[in-house]
Formats: sequence, structure tokens, C-alpha cells
Amino acid sequence: MSFLNTLFNGISLGSMYALIALGYTMVYGIAKMLNFAHGDVIMVGGIVTLEVMQNFVSGMNPIVGALISLLAAVIICTLLGVVIEKIAYKPLRSASSLAVLITAIGVSYFLQNVALLTFGSKKKMISFAFLDKFDIKINEQLTIQGSTVINIVTMVVIMILLMLFIKFTKAGTAMRAVSEDNGAAQLMGINVNGTISLTFAIGSALAGVAGFMFLGSYAAIGAYSGTMPGIKAFTAAVFGGIGSIPGAMIGGLLLGVIENFAKSILANMQLGTLVDPIVFIVLILVLLIKPSGLLGKQVREKV
Amino acid sequence: MSKLKTMRQSTRKKCFILLGMLIAFGIFEILIATNTLSNQMQNLLVPMCYNIILAVSLNLVVGILGELSLGHAGFMCVGAFVGAFVSKVLGVLYPDLSKWIVFPLAFLIGGLVAAIFGLLVGFTILRLKGDYLAIVTLAAGEIIWNIFSVTYAAVDNGKIRFSLGGTNIKGLSPSAKQIATGAQGISGIDPLSSNAGVRFAIAFAITFVVVWLVLNFIHSRTGRAVQSYRDNRIAAESIGINITKYRLITIVLSAFLAGIAGVLYSHELGVISAKQEVFGYVMSINILVFVVLGGMGSTLGSIIAAVLLTVLPEWLRVLNDYRMLIYAVVLIGVMLINNNPTISSYVDAFKNKVKSLFKRKNKAKEAQ
Repeated sequence: MSFLNTLFNGISLGSMYALIALGYTMVYGIAKMLNFAHGDVIMVGGIVTLEVMQNFVSGMNPIVGALISLLAAVIICTLLGVVIEKIAYKPLRSASSLAVLITAIGVSYFLQNVALLTFGSKKKMISFAFLDKFDIKINEQLTIQGSTVINIVTMVVIMILLMLFIKFTKAGTAMRAVSEDNGAAQLMGINVNGTISLTFAIGSALAGVAGFMFLGSYAAIGAYSGTMPGIKAFTAAVFGGIGSIPGAMIGGLLLGVIENFAKSILANMQLGTLVDPIVFIVLILVLLIKPSGLLGKQVREKV
Repeated sequence: MSKLKTMRQSTRKKCFILLGMLIAFGIFEILIATNTLSNQMQNLLVPMCYNIILAVSLNLVVGILGELSLGHAGFMCVGAFVGAFVSKVLGVLYPDLSKWIVFPLAFLIGGLVAAIFGLLVGFTILRLKGDYLAIVTLAAGEIIWNIFSVTYAAVDNGKIRFSLGGTNIKGLSPSAKQIATGAQGISGIDPLSSNAGVRFAIAFAITFVVVWLVLNFIHSRTGRAVQSYRDNRIAAESIGINITKYRLITIVLSAFLAGIAGVLYSHELGVISAKQEVFGYVMSINILVFVVLGGMGSTLGSIIAAVLLTVLPEWLRVLNDYRMLIYAVVLIGVMLINNNPTISSYVDAFKNKVKSLFKRKNKAKEAQ
């Protein structure tokens, strides 16, 4: 049964990665940049959730309180994403990718250190005991935890909504057009800058949800908590093929499962600290063998 | 003086940088000898040296090759651990061996092993560029320090024994001497010298040679080929430049130098442990800040930024909490200013003004 347990934990973790990977994949597909600060937006989302739950909604029904804090996290992350894009990335639209990447690293560092100064260097804990109501008991040994159920359901719902949005709305069509060829899109009368801002807003809103999920799964958050999930989710996005939404889902789930099995195997060998390198090795192997990922398109270079 | 004028500009610049370093070294040595330098400053001299080496070597990849490496601290980690390991093992196996043989060996082997890691990373990123390359170097750096954090080594009855598990080596005899202990790393590394002045002199000599090497490399045929890759990859390839070869050369050289800096680091501190803050990507980004602040591609800029950012945090203790925040603002600010046409045109105008000032002075001298 421990096999199934590990599998379900992996899928739960993978759902979170998938949601974060969506943010990476959309921004990369449309703005052609690696938003290094994405992981730290998740951290901000988690911190907002924690602060709201502890300070503002403590007297309420826990589920209503959780929903309010989730909403707060999503709103603040969305605003943050748009502000970051306006201040740091927009002036660099035509700059080299090296300059954009360094700026993104700077933004990531900035968010971490602001969080460190305002929130403190210690991780803060919170209990999500009400999630136990969602536990699904299959038999005596195997119980699917409430947080796992919530993670998977949220991820699937968001994924479907997002695909519908991209496929059937005008803004979604604009996004696809900009990712295809932003010069041509501009000539067709599409507001390219607005579309990129919208992409950042959606990506950051998803990061807010992911922050909530992070807190639900780990019950603790600190200023540096966002970095590793961020890098791993990027790995997931590359794994699935960057720019592809179903790819982000498949990549995220696979990576989550791989990570959890690696964790249980390594723990037996008393090498528990080596989980992160395993994920990085997956990244390197994917990029070596199939740089376009599982579902990505091969882009030919034009001279 | 007449010879100075007929020199190529790059040669003149090189002489200027190296001479400046020698003068700075002389001043510091006099200050140490006359005891005017505070203890705190004395302890910063060697860190200044290894930071210069790190900045200059990362500048080779970021500024000259034009690819972002986020795993530079990983190569430093290799150098630090291998160098410390060599000097400790030699100390246990051959206690009578002179320091003048042990330390050069430590530096050489530390640098070479780091270069081998550089070659491995270089092969991994052959097909990649841009963002993917950056993220793979980050991954490689993280893998490297994580491996060292689970490595155990000991000398048992004249034999060196390793264990790459999370636990100590099994079946060691009681007389065995432990060298590396996993996450606790290596401790009790002999300092290069007990005298601060001599320590600084050794570190400076190494730094001097490194800077000389790097300046010569940049202005050599190879260096120009590397820069052509940075400026236009397709054009470089189409005139027959073997970009794979030049990319590998640059990355391996950069890793080798970072390894040397690592050996210097471990012998200065005496205790090293493989941790995220010391050898992880946080450190890599700190080195990147040196390069970006100094101006990507400028060796002199990297040196100045490395010196300033080593000394300033110690002087401005009040700002220590905000140091990383300031680094972040520096990274964003420099990039935004560099890419803002209005501001950069002002900067260019200012530069031209300064240049023309100097030119007029020279002309005035000639007239005399």
C-alpha cells in the first residue's frame, strides 16, 4: 500500500508543480522570457494566505476563511505580477535575453529579501486541520489525504478553464497569436503589450493558488520557500514542452511522482537530502535528449 | 613614454590594470607592515583576492562568451573541497612534506578537477543556449554541492577511503583519520601562512597571475573568436569558427579559475561545509552581481566591483540586513539603465566628454 500512498502524494505534489508550471509555460510561450521570479510570487501567495488566515478570518468557519484567504492571495499575486511586469520587464522588451534573465533574477532576489525583512527569517507554521474533512478512506491502510484531493481537483478544474479560455475567448486567441508571431499579431491590431500583461496576470494568479496549495501541503512557509518549487516547476514545464498547457500538466504530474518515489527510495538509503539533485538530473536529461519536451514544438532557427 | 603611445590599446590597458594591482598590493603590504590596517580589514584582504578571481572568471562566461552561468559557485565548491582534501591527505600521509610542495599541488589538483567538472557541464550544454543554458548550469551547480554534502573520506592505514552514502565509511580502524564528514564538510585545513602579510602576498600573486592570464586570453586569437560567438553566433559559424570548441575552452578555463578561487577560499577559512548559502546558486548570483555591476565584459570593472562589494558590507555594517536587497536593486537597476535609450545616451555623452578631456591634455603636452 505504501506504493499507492507514494503515488498519491506524488500526484498531489505534481498538481502543485503543474499549476506553477502553467505560469512559466504561458509567460515563456508569449513573452519568450524565463520569469525567474515566478517561484517567489508563490511564496508571496503563501505568506498572504497565512497572514490572512491567522489575523483576519480566525473566527470564521474554516472553509469560508480559507476561501477568503485564497481570494486575497490571488488578488495580491495578480497585482504583484502586473506591477513586476510593468516596472522590470516591459522596458526590456527589445533587450537581449541575457539582460531580461538577469533582471528576472534581480526581481526574484528582491521579493525574497523584502519577505525576509518584513516576515522574518523563520518559517511560520499554520494548521490546515479542516482539510481532513475531505479525506477519502479507501481501506484500513490507504487514506487519500484531504490536501491531495483538493490539490488534484483544483488543478484539473483550473486546467480545463484555462484551456477553454485560450481556445474560445478573444483574449485567448490574441494570446495564441502573440505567441505565434508577435510582430504579425501587432499588425493585425492586437494589443501585444496588453496581452503580455494579461498573461503575467493569469500566471501570477495561478501562482497565488499554488501558494495556497503549498501552504496546505507543507503547513509552513518562509522567505525562501518559493525558490525550489519554482525551479522544479520550470523543470516540469520544460519536461512537458514549454508553451504547451497540457504539457505543463503532464510534466508536473510526472515530475511530482518521480520526485516522491526518488524521495522514498533515497530515504531508505539515508540519502534523503539528495532529492533535489534527482529533479535537476531529470531536467538535464530532458534537455539533452529532447530539448523541446514531450509535447513541445520543435522551433527551427531562421537566419 | 613614446613606447606607451605605439602600444596597442589592449596592451596599454592590460599594463594599466596589472600596474594598478601591483600598486594597490604595495600599499596594502606597507599598511600591514606598519600595523595601520585594522584586524577587520586584514581579514578582508584574501577574500578580496578570491572574489576578484571568481568575478574575473565568471566574466569570461557572462561577458566574453555571452552566456549566463548560474553554477559558478559549484566549480568553486569543487576547488574548495578537492584542494582542502589534497592538502589534508598529504598532511596525514607525508607529515614531513614541505608546505611549498603541498599547497601548489592542492591548487593545481583543485583547479584541474574543477576544470574536469567544467568540461562535463560544457558537454551537457553543447546544444543549449540562453535561458535553458542558464537553468542547466544552475542545476549542475546545485548537484555538485549536494554531492559533496554526502561525501565521506578518511585515511585508514595509509589508504584513502571514500563513501558516497549518507553515512560514514563502515569498518574504519580506530587509528583512521577522518578527512571529510558529509554535511559537516572538512575542518582543520592548514592556512597558507600564519602571517597575514604573507597570506595576502600568496593570494595576491595567484590573483595577479589569473588576471594576467585572463587579459591575455581575451585579447588573443582564441579570445576574439569567443567574442565573435557572443556578438553574432550565426555569422561566427559561417566564417568557419568552431564555436563548440571555443565555448568549451571558455567554460573549462572559467571553471579552472573558479576552482583555484575555491582552493584559496578553503585554505583561508580553514573550515568548509557544503551548504546552499556558501556554494549554492545564492553564491553564484552574488558573483554575478560583481560582474553585472562592474559591467559585463570588462575585466577591470569586475575587479573593482569585487573589491568594493567585499569591503563595503564590512564598513557599512548598518546596512548589512539590507545588503541582499541592495544587490537585487543593483541587478535590476543596471539592466534597466543599460537598456534605456535616454539614460544610456547621457552616459555615452558623459564618457565622450571625459575622453575628449584626456585627448586635449595629451595634445597640449605634445605642443609643449
